[in-house]
Amino acid sequence: MTEVREQAVATPGLGSLFEKRSRRLAAAAFVRGAALVPVIGVLLIVGSVISPVFLTTSNLAQVGQEISALGVVVVGEALIIIIGGMDLSLESTFGLSAMVGAWLIIPTANYGQGVVWSPYLGIVALLAVGVAVGFVNGLAIVKGRLNGFIWTLGMTVVLGGIQDGMVNGQSLYNLPTAFNWLGSAYAGPIPVSLIVTTLIFVGVGLFLRYHAVGREIYAIGGNRAAARAAGMRVDRIRIGVYVAGSVLAAIGGLMEAGRVQAVAAGQGYGEGIIFNVFAAAVIGGVSLKGGRGGMLGAASGVVLLGLVQNILDLGGVNNYWILAITGGVILVALMMARVIGGEVTAE
Amino acid sequence: MSAPIQVTGQDTPIIEAIGVSKRFGSTDALRRVDAALQSGRCLGLVGRNGAGKSTLVSILSGLQSPDAGEIRFAGDPAPPLDDVRAWRRRIATVFQHSMVVPQLTVAENIFLGDLPGDRGIVNWRTTRARARKLMREWDFDVDPAVECGMLTVEQRQIVEIAGALARGTRVLLLDEPTAALERDGVRRLFERVHALVAAGVAVLYISHHLEEVFEICHDVLVLRDGEVVMNAPAATLTEDELVSSMVGDIDAPLSHAGKPERGGSTRSRKTSTEARLVLTDVVAESPRGSLLGTSLVVHAGERVGVTGLLGAGVATLGRVIAGAHDYQSGTVLFEGRPLPPGRPDAALAAGIGYIPEDRWLEGFVGELGCAENMTMSIASRLAGPLGVLMPSARIRAAQPFAGRLSLVSRGLNQPVAELSGGNQQKVTVARAMASRPKLIVAITPTRGIDVASKELLLAALAELSATTGASLLLASDEFDDLQICDRVVILVRGQVFTEFTEPPFDDEELISATEGLMAAGGHR
Repeated sequence: MTEVREQAVATPGLGSLFEKRSRRLAAAAFVRGAALVPVIGVLLIVGSVISPVFLTTSNLAQVGQEISALGVVVVGEALIIIIGGMDLSLESTFGLSAMVGAWLIIPTANYGQGVVWSPYLGIVALLAVGVAVGFVNGLAIVKGRLNGFIWTLGMTVVLGGIQDGMVNGQSLYNLPTAFNWLGSAYAGPIPVSLIVTTLIFVGVGLFLRYHAVGREIYAIGGNRAAARAAGMRVDRIRIGVYVAGSVLAAIGGLMEAGRVQAVAAGQGYGEGIIFNVFAAAVIGGVSLKGGRGGMLGAASGVVLLGLVQNILDLGGVNNYWILAITGGVILVALMMARVIGGEVTAE
Repeated sequence: MSAPIQVTGQDTPIIEAIGVSKRFGSTDALRRVDAALQSGRCLGLVGRNGAGKSTLVSILSGLQSPDAGEIRFAGDPAPPLDDVRAWRRRIATVFQHSMVVPQLTVAENIFLGDLPGDRGIVNWRTTRARARKLMREWDFDVDPAVECGMLTVEQRQIVEIAGALARGTRVLLLDEPTAALERDGVRRLFERVHALVAAGVAVLYISHHLEEVFEICHDVLVLRDGEVVMNAPAATLTEDELVSSMVGDIDAPLSHAGKPERGGSTRSRKTSTEARLVLTDVVAESPRGSLLGTSLVVHAGERVGVTGLLGAGVATLGRVIAGAHDYQSGTVLFEGRPLPPGRPDAALAAGIGYIPEDRWLEGFVGELGCAENMTMSIASRLAGPLGVLMPSARIRAAQPFAGRLSLVSRGLNQPVAELSGGNQQKVTVARAMASRPKLIVAITPTRGIDVASKELLLAALAELSATTGASLLLASDEFDDLQICDRVVILVRGQVFTEFTEPPFDDEELISATEGLMAAGGHR
């Protein structure tokens, strides 16, 4: 017993050493999160060689606006993956929420529902769709113990079908300015959506790192049984993360609608954005096994995808081939992320 | 058990490590280790957690290559690492955690990766016949047609050994093979090992239980800090010599004088008569031992040990109190208030700290750092306004526990998965202590950890209850652990059979009570 006490006395001296080491380890984690930064640097050089337009403010602002909507969905999916789940239906929520919001605020002549709510109420409805879908998914997966993959795959089709059915497959145009604002407005040269998405990335990143619940998300994703044994309210937090993910997907849907000034019939499900969502997260080092990855990596994954798309557009690649090339580039990026990230994505 | 018989002389060893060294980062896991294993002999490999046992095992079994030195099989150089089949033909490791595929039959598992057949078409009749023949030859009693998921831990071990023998392997590495076996299973395992060794198989036996090493090993190799500090015939050694060579001179007093506080000194401690935990007729179903109407009272500040045979419900009792396991009927009152079944968060909030049985499963989150794991139960308490919780706050909160438990890590942010087993367990224990519990439920807290860490953990638990008045419920089948308790309750088939109230507790009496026999010392 005396030995034990001696060591306890000795600890204050060790304290500063522990903290210095902890800072160094934190720095290492930062480097891993930023592993894609050199790749992005290379893409910037390639882009500027291919087209003189590439490095102009207006082009980069446009890229920023294009990737903002995707980026918000990636934040949502990354949260869900980190806690050890998966949600394929975010792409349908991305479309359906915007469709419901728009449907409630435009007249029947434009295929609206006819109640013609204020655009602000429409946005509330859009967020409510996100909450509802996330809650249903969370309940089914967490409380109902259904397999997350197959359940959300089913939800993807159901929600995508509702999106088509409620407007007979029409796209909704002539949306009010307030509804379009988030996705289309600029603050000086910078798109508002880019600013908002950046704030969401930073905010969620800080939350995951410095908030008690953020840390619990990592603990639950890393070892759910241990998190439960440590007294965490695992079910509640998991359901909460599904809700948060769907709400973020809805916000992404609002941005997308504003950017194109319409809710396209195929927004989300029809476009199949979920592949890009997962690709961005995984390229950015978010482990599909849960418990690992962060917002810095996810953000760089999103930027990388946006730049690739833009360079292919500017490079005048045949439209019919763009899909194949984009997919190939994503697969290469996945392999590179695996190499750069070392064991991070290996297991 | 009679003294092991010398079967062979000094032939060329069937497997040999020559000057093997291995570094991980800045630590020397192994330094110029020489080890040799002869056919028909059993070599015990002992050492504290982190001494390099696991590294040596993984190098000997071809999972890692040494930085320096080499492995030889019967004098020939070892095959390249990626020739897994060649390695498996030469040496087989039976790990603590079963590696059989539960969905496949015994016969399939035995021939896994090499099913008898023709050009990829499996011949099931031959497969089963050969499995049966093998089982007969070695006198193993497992039906080859049964799915492995249905087997007991002991039977799965047999399947793994049989698989090794089927590949022609004549070197077996047994890594903590008794950790999950009950007493009779251990005895039968020893008989099988004796038979294997007598038939010329070489066995490397890794264990924290020194009495087992003395019982079945011819020779003992002791590793300390990555070096061989002793390699001698078991018959020439005493248990004390072995312990002091494992622990080293500096720590030696701990292993002798530092025996966990025995009953003698605990009796002076004041135990309140206030009932802190009251279980009444609790029924909880569990495949690993149900509770069938268990009643128990734990007083404030009291340390109660619970033990029994495998399947008697010892672990289930601990899990029910900690909220980790549902119960169907009966009541669990903590400080007069009922605990909701299956709610670990409610148990924690009520003041119950939990040290789970399986630390890999419930004890920690491997990817996260030590400090984060140790403060996992108190995150909301440590958090500032809006739930903000800086890593430095966790480190500050974790440091006293890291010190008290002598946690060895490269800093408190090192992921727990990278620590040795004993240190992982210290993190788990710290997690339970950090919540300032009024009752700690500890289930087999010393399983699979070395002697010195074991005593340190028990001492820390005893100290915590002495200084804070926390009660302790220690559910364990390790009788040594129970010696820190004021009282030991024996469970037989899910019910309290008897209890012992006078420490120190006699192992013989405890054993016969767990078997359901009323011993002389038992008080009803």
